[in-house]
Amino acid sequence: MSEQPDLKRALGRFLGPAAPEVGCDECFARLDQYVEVELAGGDPDAVVPGLRAHLDGCPACREEHESLRALVGGEQLL
Amino acid sequence: MIAAATATVSRMDTVVTSPRELDEESREWLRTLRATGTVHDQAVERLHALLLRATRFEVARRRPTLPHLRGNDLDEIALQAADDALMSVLARLDDFRGASRFTTWVYKFGLLEAAVKLRRRAWQGREIPLEPETWGLFASAGIEPGEQAEQNELIAILQRSIAEVLTSHQRRVLVALALNGIPIDVLADRLNTSRGALYKTLHDARRKLRKHLEVMGVTLEEET
Repeated sequence: MSEQPDLKRALGRFLGPAAPEVGCDECFARLDQYVEVELAGGDPDAVVPGLRAHLDGCPACREEHESLRALVGGEQLL
Repeated sequence: MIAAATATVSRMDTVVTSPRELDEESREWLRTLRATGTVHDQAVERLHALLLRATRFEVARRRPTLPHLRGNDLDEIALQAADDALMSVLARLDDFRGASRFTTWVYKFGLLEAAVKLRRRAWQGREIPLEPETWGLFASAGIEPGEQAEQNELIAILQRSIAEVLTSHQRRVLVALALNGIPIDVLADRLNTSRGALYKTLHDARRKLRKHLEVMGVTLEEET
């Protein structure tokens, strides 16, 4: 089990990331640095290991990451 | 604020870098915010305006998902979030180490406050389901009978595993967050705990369940 891609994805979402991850507090503490490295075309996962995995497992932090990236990225375009 | 929570899932071995030299704009922000008198007051005013930009940005992003809220309500939420974020930023000024520009660091406080307030408002007065509402997360439309049987089998295995290996608290948290889609801040409020502590519970429950499923021979694949 299972051969169904949708079912595997659903199970993956339910069980969260298998990789080591930071918690919500550490994610918030490092999010600004992560986003700036990301927008600069660097390797944010090397700078803040475990943050990407956390974003995969935590919808609230994922939303806040998307917002910060959109806000800062949008300003850089101005 | 999540920063107030004490529990973290794990503190990763982050790459240690020397504090970079602050850019001129960030230095100026810190200098004026740490000043006294008019210089300080004007800097606080500018900081509030910066935070209001972030909270309004967040409100605008989420507006389509909040059709029951009127423009005035949303403006009020943005303003309250900026006010609260201002207090957080001023209290944590010494935490700023220059890992990003000061404005980026500030924005995340505004976005967090606005997001939390909007999630709370969306769930205001609603019951928080702590038991499985539906296993719709695992449902696929238009699947073949054989696939339906596989889906049902997986759900049955998950239900048994959850009942067997998780504590009642882990079960409630996993079901509420990962199955019923309750926002973590909303659940933290209702259970009188912090977002960080709740995520730690979710993380431990997922790890336990994952291990149990692997022992049972269930093939797990990461979401990509």
